[in-house]
This record gives sequence, C-alpha cells and structure tokens, in this order.
Amino acid sequence: MTSVWPQLEPRLAQVQKPARYIGCEDGASAKAPDPTLVSWLFTYPDTYEIGLPNQGLQILYEIANERPDARADRAYAPWHDMEAVMRAEGIPLFSVEHHTPADEFDVLAFNISAELIYTNVLNCIDLAGIPILSADRTVEHPIVMAGGHSTYNPEPLAEYLDVVVLGDGEEVVGELTEILSQWRTKPDRSRSDLLRQMCKIEGVYVPSLYEPVYADGRLVETRPLFDDVPARIEKRTIADLADWPYPKQQLVPVTEVVHDRLNVEVFRGCTRGCRFCQAGMITRPVRERPADQVRTMVANGLERTGYDEVSLTSLSTADFSSITETVGGIMDDADACGQGNISVSLPSLRVDAFGVGIAAQLQRAKRTGLTFAPEAGTWRMRQIINKLIREEDLYEAVEAAYSQGWKRVKLYFLIGLPSETDEDTLGIAELAKNCVELGKRHNKRASVTVSIGGFVPKAFTPFQWFGQNTAGELQRKVNLLRDATRRMHGVNIKWHDPAATTAEGLVSRGDRRLGPVIEDVWRQGGTFQEWSEHFEMDRWTAAMERAGLAIEDFVYRHRSETEGMAWDHLSAGLHKDFLWDEWQDALAEVGLPDCRWTPCYDCGACTGYGIEHVVASAVPPAGGSQGTGQELAGGGSVPVSLMPAKPKGPKSPHPVLSKQLDTQSGDTQSGGTT
Amino acid sequence: MKLRVRFTEEGKIRFLSHRDVARIMERSFRKLRLPVAYSQGFSPRPKFSFGLALSVAHESDAEYLDVELVTPVDLEDLPNQLTQSLPDGLTVVAVEILEPGSTSLQQAIVCCRWNIEVLGAPLPDVTVAVADLLASSEHLLERTRKGKASIVDVRPAILELEVMGPTDTGVQLKALLATEGTSLRPSELVRVLTENLEEGRVRRTHQFTMVDGKRCEPIEAPDPSTQHQLEPTERNDLSRSLLSDLEERAS
Repeated sequence: MTSVWPQLEPRLAQVQKPARYIGCEDGASAKAPDPTLVSWLFTYPDTYEIGLPNQGLQILYEIANERPDARADRAYAPWHDMEAVMRAEGIPLFSVEHHTPADEFDVLAFNISAELIYTNVLNCIDLAGIPILSADRTVEHPIVMAGGHSTYNPEPLAEYLDVVVLGDGEEVVGELTEILSQWRTKPDRSRSDLLRQMCKIEGVYVPSLYEPVYADGRLVETRPLFDDVPARIEKRTIADLADWPYPKQQLVPVTEVVHDRLNVEVFRGCTRGCRFCQAGMITRPVRERPADQVRTMVANGLERTGYDEVSLTSLSTADFSSITETVGGIMDDADACGQGNISVSLPSLRVDAFGVGIAAQLQRAKRTGLTFAPEAGTWRMRQIINKLIREEDLYEAVEAAYSQGWKRVKLYFLIGLPSETDEDTLGIAELAKNCVELGKRHNKRASVTVSIGGFVPKAFTPFQWFGQNTAGELQRKVNLLRDATRRMHGVNIKWHDPAATTAEGLVSRGDRRLGPVIEDVWRQGGTFQEWSEHFEMDRWTAAMERAGLAIEDFVYRHRSETEGMAWDHLSAGLHKDFLWDEWQDALAEVGLPDCRWTPCYDCGACTGYGIEHVVASAVPPAGGSQGTGQELAGGGSVPVSLMPAKPKGPKSPHPVLSKQLDTQSGDTQSGGTT
Repeated sequence: MKLRVRFTEEGKIRFLSHRDVARIMERSFRKLRLPVAYSQGFSPRPKFSFGLALSVAHESDAEYLDVELVTPVDLEDLPNQLTQSLPDGLTVVAVEILEPGSTSLQQAIVCCRWNIEVLGAPLPDVTVAVADLLASSEHLLERTRKGKASIVDVRPAILELEVMGPTDTGVQLKALLATEGTSLRPSELVRVLTENLEEGRVRRTHQFTMVDGKRCEPIEAPDPSTQHQLEPTERNDLSRSLLSDLEERAS
C-alpha cells in the first residue's frame, strides 16, 4: 500500500482548513494497511466537518475494524481548492488515516444522507481513479457501495453503484466482508460472480441485476434479469439496539466539526407517523437502547473524550422512556465524578413531550440551542401531515424554555405541503408571533428563529404520490411569510432556496433516467450542490433538457395509485396499501395514533420481519398528545392568555385571531397573563 | 492556583489552527479531571489563556498556555500525563506555578525566534537579500490586519536575521522577530526578502519576555537528558543534515 502524504504535505499550507485532510482523530483505527485483510474505505461525500460526526459511518467503521478479517479507513470529499490541487498533482482520493489511495481498497462505501450530494458521489469515484459507471469496472477496481437514508430510492445512481445496502448496516458489513474475503483470493474471480453472490444477502441490492421497463415515457417496473435474483429487496433491521453499543470509541476530531460533542443514539425508528417524514417511515420499528446502557455509554464517552456536551440522538428524543430521569442521571454522574458543567442537548424535540421538567434539567449546565419542529402553521395542516401537536403544546414547550432562561428558540416549518392554503402558510407567522409574545413575559429580548424548508416528497412515505410545489409557488409562499413577519419584532425568518428544493425533488423520486442528468451536472462542475453558494439551477435545467426529460413529469405532477414507482422493487417493510391509505386519510384530514401505545395498524414494519418495538415504558411520555388519550378536539385553539384582551372571543378551532392580533402594535403584548 | 504550561507542536498536527489547539487542550484537562476554574455567566468558559497564536502549518518548540485551577494539583507527573492525553505532535515539556499578578502571555512576550525555510531561490540570492535587508534602515510593507490596510516600516521588527545554509528543498534562515510595537510575522518576512520566495517549514524555537533588560523564555526548556517525551524529530534530522552540510563546506 502506498501513501499520498509526501505529495500532499507540501501543498496543505495552500488550502483552506488543511486540518480536514490530516486525520489524527482520537479513536481512529490504528490498523495499518495489510493486503491480507478485506479493506473498506467508508466515504462521506461531503466536507470533513459535515461527514466526520456521521454516526452511521462511525458505527460501521468500528465494526469493520473490530473484525480480524477486515480493516477500514475513512475518506471525505475534498473542498474545491483541495480538489484543484489533487487534480493538478495527480493525487487520488485518499483515506485520512494512512493517506492510502482510494483505489487500493476492496470497497469504496458511501454514506448518502441527502440527495443533493449525488454529484459529489460521482466526483469522489472519479477522484479515486475508478470508472464512474459500474459497467466499466473490472476486478482491479474496488466495489462501489452505498447505504444511508437516501438510498431507499437509489435508482438515479443505479448505473454508478455496484451495491446498495438498505437499512441497518451493522450485520451486513460483516456478511459482505466474509464474501469478499473468500472471493479476493480466488485466481479466476470475476466481478459479476461476486455481485451475484452479494445479492443473496438480505438488504443487499445490486442494481446491475435489474432492468427498468418503460412505457409511454413512464417507468412501469424494475425487474430482475435472472431467476435467482430476488424480485424484491427487503431492508435489514437489527432487532435490538442493546446488542450494538456503537460507536464505542467515538471519533474525536482535532479540528472543529459540526455536532462537535459526544453523541449517543438512544433509539432508532419512530412511529409518530408524520406522513412527510421519510426517516420515520423507513426506520421502523422503534428500538430503544436500555436507559442504563445509555447512561454507561455517556459516562464512558465523556470520560474518554473530554467533551463537555453530550447529545442524545434519535428521531424524537423527548419520546425516550423516562427521558427526564435519564438526563438527570447523566448530570448526576458528571457531578459525582467531578466533570461538572456537562451540557445535554436533545435534537429533534417534540413540543408535546417537552416540559419544564426537561427544560430545568437541561439548564443545569450551559444551555444548548433549542429547536422545535411544529412543521405546519395550522391544526388542519398538522392533521394532514399527522403531526398532531396542539397549538397549546407548542406554547407550553416554548414557555417552558423561556421560563428556564432560554432567550431564543428555533422553529422548523415546511411549506408546500399537500392541500396547503395561504391561511396555512400564514399560520406559521402567527405561531411565531405568539411564541415571541410568550417569551417576552420572561425576557424582553426573547426571539424566535423560523426556519422554512420547501417540502420534498420522498420514497416510502404516504406523500410519495404528491406533486411537489413548483419553485415559483414556494417562492410566493416564502414572500408571503417574509411580508407577514417583517414588522414582527423578535421573529427572524430563514428559508431554503426553492430552486434547490426542485433539484432535490428531481433526484428524490427519479428513476434511472436521472443518472445521466446527475452525471451531466457533475461534468459541468456542479459539486457540493447542497451548499447554496455552489448550487446553480441552470445546470440542472440544462441537463434535463439535454436528457430530453421534463422536470414537471418527475417533480410537480401528482402520481396515480397504479403508477409504477422507481423503488417498487425495494422494500422498507411498509405495505404499499398502508401508505396509500395514509395518503387518503391525509387528504381527508384524519390523523393516526402512535402505535407504541395504541393497537397495531399493521404498517408492515414489525409483522413483516417478525420483530417488535423495543420500548421500556408502557405509557407515552408526559404531555404527549398522539395516541395518548389526550383531547385533540381543540388542537388548533389558542390559549386564552394569548387572546387579545378585548373583545374576548370564544376558543376557535382555527387560529383566525391573526387579524385581531395584527391590529395591535408589534412588540408589546397587551393581553398579559390575566 | 495558576499554571503555566509549555508545549511543543510538530508534525501533522501543525496544520491545526490556534483555536483547534485551544479546544484540544481544554478537552485534555477535562479528561484528566483537573479542577479548571470556569468563568461565571450565561455560558461558563474554562479559564484558559493562550499566548501568541501560531500560524497554521508552523511548528513550535515553545508554545504557552496559562490555566487557572480551583484547587492545587501535583505537578510532578503532570507534563507526562498531559502529553499522554494529547494527540501525537503535541507534547507538554514543562508546567510551572504562575505567581499571582503575573503579566499575561500576550503582553509579556516581546519577540520570538524562528527557523524559517525559504523556497524558490538559490542560497547566494537569499544571502544577498538578507544582507541587503539588514543593511537597510527602513523597509516598507503593505499589509492588512484586522481588515485594515496600512503601510508599515517593518525594519525595526527584524531584530536578528541569519542565513544558516541550504536544506534539501531551500534555504534555512534564523530570525528574531519583534511581537510588540511594530511586529513582523515569519510569512511577512518571507515576502519582504525578495519576490517569488515561498515559505517552507517554519518553526518557532523561542518566545522571549524582557526581565531586567534580558531576554528570557517564560519557562526554560528542561534539560533534554531528563526529558523522556522528546523523540528524534524531523527538526533534529534537519539540523543534523544542516550541520554536516556546513561542516563539509567549511572543510
């Protein structure tokens, strides 16, 4: 094995943030290059700062390195300046541990967590010196794999990837290693034999063994080319998170990265059933880590890393059984062993599960940012997306935060949801305004940051049939909100570029015909497309035209029940009729309870795989509204304390008080707490 | 109790920013559960104070850090323990108790000594450039600091400058550059010398304070014979090859 370090080192002083390329993390594998071992290069196709903290990648990296028959390194996408140096000097993509060229590994494995990063995947393959098309690779080249949430519709990248892994990778990484270990020593080995063998592993999809069938310009189905190839690929699911306490040695980078803290995954999966949420649909069922294991992992992790912040990660951390006690326990442990000043951050907080109890525990140390995601501005809209949080729940959560000393709260919303009206859109401004009013009762400088994303329908969600809003329509809604909040003191609004939302929609539900489009955008220099300063819609539009495809057809059009989807030959465990029924219920504004605490409605995720939820608590978290028997009839009503002082109207099922509140002057509240 | 820590920074780790090194040090103190004092307020910060920032890609034999502790600790094995908890390339060579009321590092340091490798010009050209620069009484440099462009006479900041001889890839200089009053950075010195000169390996070998009119290090480097951490480095290799080069030429 060779190292590119001697070529790289003299150039590092010329690029921005050279620490991105030196490795040196605490927890990095010390396994030296060894030609007798199956070697994996886990690659995150974005910058080091974004990719390093990725837990999925770190878990598989550690599992591979623990195996006696394998070793693993990591690589990240070089930033533009470094790419220019690499191309000029003939330096290939390299691992950060040993600076080994990527093409010396057996496997180049990508973690793909977002769709706009696809052009970076092609760029990394190319920088590795590997032919970008799967069909052009030989036994001399690494196997190019991908996993991660976005690969539930891997079809746009089908011609570029040799292998796709659906679902949890903990077990698959070992199974693939075993096959590779035997294959690589065979004298007469062929790539097609290897791929044919791999496709028999549950959760493993080999795109080249399938062909798409089109009729009248639409995809009909994707079918296997051979009899012994599975017609449908099921995702992999680990039954119990307690068996996989990874990462045990979380990587501690020497330079600053995002989420620069200890991260402990407290559960995987989510059954809140938000209809827009791909992560919640594809990761079912819920598998909680035992609370004592969480506490041990946190205590050991803090001890080893020296971090002063720990994040308890999951899709909805406040739902973790006895979350308040767990957070308190972590703080007590830290106090007891003299670490003190440890902050606990809880990403993805549901407002209906966040109360003064948690807020009080969290503020014992440095306050971390608080983000809530009501997602939609009106109760009607939240019923459609099945995020059944009542207006009151939001205000209680926000008030809990402000009363415990937070000055700023961040709120996430989506626009462009199914059947959205302008009243729904403007409801966002109304909620934000009311939150600031509540905050001002505790702190004069209280503010709310409203982050607005354009909704992109994703594979394996009830909204997969929905025609996405056009970029123009999203922009119009952004403008509505911008105008509405302009004079609201303390309300700051941020939004995503609607054009980038269109490009994301294109590849999210695209089929194999999108491959050449992605390749075209990459060849035009369109890398780092999720970085707004590098995104240019013109490249995508031009590429679509050259490919003879219409954006309208892939993105904006509503799809019919019978239409073939690009991912129909794959399975996230969910019955398609469950998804369709959910779509119909959404349009009828009917909600669905959380099946952790209510009877099973058979979405398919548990029954299909013979597994069950692993949830410690038999009762839903305090304050939880969904399936908890709480009265939802007044979900949209605004608490009396936030109503205008005079004329005091009856509780309304719709937050139509906007007009009345608008007549009051901006930043002082007249209603008081009476 | 306040401590002053002297450490070295070399190898791959030299590509870290000053901020990165500061964060690593904070984590290292937490790992060892040293009772670091925290500031009061909304977001408490550990009471660390670092000396003059070292530029990205520069190495150093003499970096300093002052830290305040709530309770006294045993200093005996502390340098070794700290080094163990730091990434390769960061080595704590000495820890001393800091007398109350000592001047902060930022204010106390008056000049630094540097080994600077310059690339892109042969030895005779560099020698001439150095001689010219030393013979001049004024040298104007246009520079931008904190967003402000200005033209400064940097000649007074060059306290000493010597050509040490060739390296494998360039020419080795040794310089003493002021850090108070008009200051000059090694990269600026390279720019000042001649056009088209590039910076090679750069290493800070000393930081000096003024005590009774004499330059001295805040903490003298311990006697190498009692130091177990210092392993042969590229620097030592370099100085050895430099020495043999010079000896050859002298003979």
